[in-house]
Amino acid sequence: MSFINYLSREINCKIVYYGPGLCGKTTNLQYIYNKTNPEAKGKMISLATETERTLFFDFLPLALGEIRGFKTRFHLYTVPGQVFYDASRKLILKGVDGVVFVADSQIARMEANLESMENLRTNLAEQGYSLDKLPHVIQYNKRDMPSVAPVDELRSLLNPQGVPDFEAIATSGEGVFDTLKAVAKLVLTELKRGGGAG
Amino acid sequence: MTNPQMVMYEEEFNQIQTIVDRVVREANAQVVFIIDKNGQLIAAAGETDQLDTTSLASLTAGNIAATGGIAKLLRENEFSTQFHEGERANIHIQLVGNRVILVVIFDNKTSLGLVRLRVKKASEELNSIFEALLSKVQDPHQNTPFAEITDDDIDNLFND
Repeated sequence: MSFINYLSREINCKIVYYGPGLCGKTTNLQYIYNKTNPEAKGKMISLATETERTLFFDFLPLALGEIRGFKTRFHLYTVPGQVFYDASRKLILKGVDGVVFVADSQIARMEANLESMENLRTNLAEQGYSLDKLPHVIQYNKRDMPSVAPVDELRSLLNPQGVPDFEAIATSGEGVFDTLKAVAKLVLTELKRGGGAG
Repeated sequence: MTNPQMVMYEEEFNQIQTIVDRVVREANAQVVFIIDKNGQLIAAAGETDQLDTTSLASLTAGNIAATGGIAKLLRENEFSTQFHEGERANIHIQLVGNRVILVVIFDNKTSLGLVRLRVKKASEELNSIFEALLSKVQDPHQNTPFAEITDDDIDNLFND
């Protein structure tokens, strides 16, 4: 649910990074944070455990520039990927405008990817959203790892709809901004259509 | 059906800002702010210069969401009030109309009782403002600035 403020001429949107545990959601946000000009970003907040696993969420506010005199601001959130934090994941999806599904390309994580995608669909449905109607993109992360599945295979499993998808190595930043731009574009296009996820 | 889009117009904003300013004064608070349940800051008043209000808004909304989740598990509708007491600063968080959150940060120059009293009155007023705002927003396709933007406008945003 985007928030349009006519007074400060701002439009705020919420983007959620979703995916299985250790797929690189937080790493995506950290890379974006490190590469963004200080004036375009706020503080990055990570609610994590002592072992740096996301406990509740990471949060990064970003300003992307102006459209027709309206400042566009995106609030990026990650969910905790571990299976048992499902209750927290549901909460973070509230009011979402766009989703980045981060898949772990390693063959060993294929089942975890599918499970997480299914979980995303279920949790969105509980909030009254349908993934098919919500602006979303898919990122095949960790392309630099030794035993990764071919992109075609990942695509046929995780992206039957053919939404924009990207190969990435979040640790070095490859594909990170392409993913972000693609989802931001989809969200703004949806707003233009007068829809919005809500 | 999920929540409709939140839109803020000048008229309602001014009404809200008046209330927020008044709560700062009458409750003798340091900072008062209003955020929506998704963590977007709507209005703020008081000594906000030293505060990262964006982060505060997002964390408070997360807090309310988590508390709401606990309430659901206990088959409660909501826990609409939260109070955290610190050594120097205290924070009072009130859910208004299950839609927005009124946050008051205060120190020992005032009391919890006074804050509660002012929050209660302000909540009622805020509730009716947001209800009116909602019905205005639900008017379908009320000229959003985004209806006129072109694909080129969106593309230009990313040509850096």
